[in-house]
Amino acid sequence: MTLGRLAKLIRSKNAGPFVLTIDIMFDNPEAFEHVVASGIINKRLVAELYGLDEEAIDVYVVRAAYALKVSMPRPIPSGGISDSDIFGGQQYAPLVELEVPAWNEDDR
Amino acid sequence: MSDAFVRAYAGTGMLGSGFVPASLETALSWKPDFIACDGGSTDGGPSYLATGRSMFGAESTKRDLKALLAASRQAKIPLVIGSAGTGGGDRNLAWLRDLLLQAARELGVSFRLACISSQQTPDAVVAAWQAGRVTPLQPAPNIDEAAIRECDAIVGMMGTEPITAALEQGADVVLCGRASDAALFAAIPLLRGVSPGIAWHAAKVLECGAAAVTHRTTPDGMFATLERDAFTIAPPNPSYRCTPLSVAAHSLYENADPFKLREPPGVVDLTTSSYEAVDERTVRVTGTNFEPASRSTIKLEGAALTGYRSMVLGGIRDPFILRQLDDWLARVREAAATRIAASFPGMPYELVIRTYGRDGVMGAREPHREPAHEVLVAFEVTAADQESAHAMADDLRHIALHFPIPEWHGLITVLAHAHSPAVIDLGPSYRFVFHHVMTVDDLLEPFTLNFEMVNS
Repeated sequence: MTLGRLAKLIRSKNAGPFVLTIDIMFDNPEAFEHVVASGIINKRLVAELYGLDEEAIDVYVVRAAYALKVSMPRPIPSGGISDSDIFGGQQYAPLVELEVPAWNEDDR
Repeated sequence: MSDAFVRAYAGTGMLGSGFVPASLETALSWKPDFIACDGGSTDGGPSYLATGRSMFGAESTKRDLKALLAASRQAKIPLVIGSAGTGGGDRNLAWLRDLLLQAARELGVSFRLACISSQQTPDAVVAAWQAGRVTPLQPAPNIDEAAIRECDAIVGMMGTEPITAALEQGADVVLCGRASDAALFAAIPLLRGVSPGIAWHAAKVLECGAAAVTHRTTPDGMFATLERDAFTIAPPNPSYRCTPLSVAAHSLYENADPFKLREPPGVVDLTTSSYEAVDERTVRVTGTNFEPASRSTIKLEGAALTGYRSMVLGGIRDPFILRQLDDWLARVREAAATRIAASFPGMPYELVIRTYGRDGVMGAREPHREPAHEVLVAFEVTAADQESAHAMADDLRHIALHFPIPEWHGLITVLAHAHSPAVIDLGPSYRFVFHHVMTVDDLLEPFTLNFEMVNS
């Protein structure tokens, strides 16, 4: 099962021109708690996927929203001449294909 | 409790993005105490602040502004518009004021208008920087006096203080330069005695319009009712609904930290916020706290020219070229550098090459390195002036057009152009200069209020 199939929404966006933030949101507490318990979303993984030091990354667990959040510095500020994503809206893609450990809910 | 009771309406998430007219009518029947709407953002990049142009056109912006002005005059309640013309600089603000005056004439309404300038002079910011009162947020670019003076425009992000001052001095309509989106919605509730955590939290939900509903199909408005220690929130659009999950989830949007939201006077703390359903489309929020900041700061935004850009787009379909794409591009880059150096000796420029169909979106972070069966290559040359950038792009274009690979013996034509001329001028390119805050003696002082009577 991929994270993209389990989540109801994975998205990225600028949090100001210098910070990128990724939201991974679920529509039920079971899927959310399963992903949290699996520990797959962690600083080391994000550091590897996004080519950053772990210290630069923040990971938040937001139980009230069944959501995980990852924030990190943008490699290039929004609008810099080699920036490729002014809004930061497509930078979540590598997380969509992430494999989540076994999950027993047949109808998803 | 009843003395701290305010009804707030957000016309839409961003002025110019539109809303459903019936939603405004419904919201008016719910008797709001004020209407507010955000009109700006840094999300679209630095050009709007630098040039004074808006991300939404005049027609779209005036359509929304006129409807909200008509509603505010009909109900005799204040209208607060923030971050005028996307960038919130003085030129953006003047542009929006013109649209407002046109709308007022067309509606035949009269009112007292306050325009609040948030533009900062380079001298003032340099003086603050020299006095150690401009401090970086994380991560921040390095700044010095030259960087500050290079800005086409610098704005400070206002909180509620200038808006409150304008309202207390009798303004019916307030047009703000760059403002905290939430401040537009927090000013009046704070004046009426709503607790700061609740006032700011409600404001953070309202400022995005209907974004906090379960499934937003088109931009629309949002309505909140505030008590001292709670607020309820619901969309006027009957096809939308708020649920505890949708409102809680909204705290994640565009915020780096979903629990601590930084505003000019302090930090809104959502750690202990609680969300409960009142009915199937209304949510009640309690438990949000507020920590006042130890010093008064305003966030600075500035945009400066990087250079002028020209672009060549070329599609590549030949599988032999695609399988050696990086190597081919490296050789094109080298040959183009030699040609450009011969045409423009000593002139600096920067060449950015994007390969859509492989890693155009994510660049070096792209995990899949294999190109698709066709790739769009964007060559972008940035130089000190447009003519030079254009001519350099033409030098590069011709080198790339026929640049050989070992597999083919004879002259080849590599780039499929969809346009003639193939070089497209992108105009000036800007950068954000600050990710800094400026310490101020009080949160009103950096902003200038201008009052006028609009008589139609």
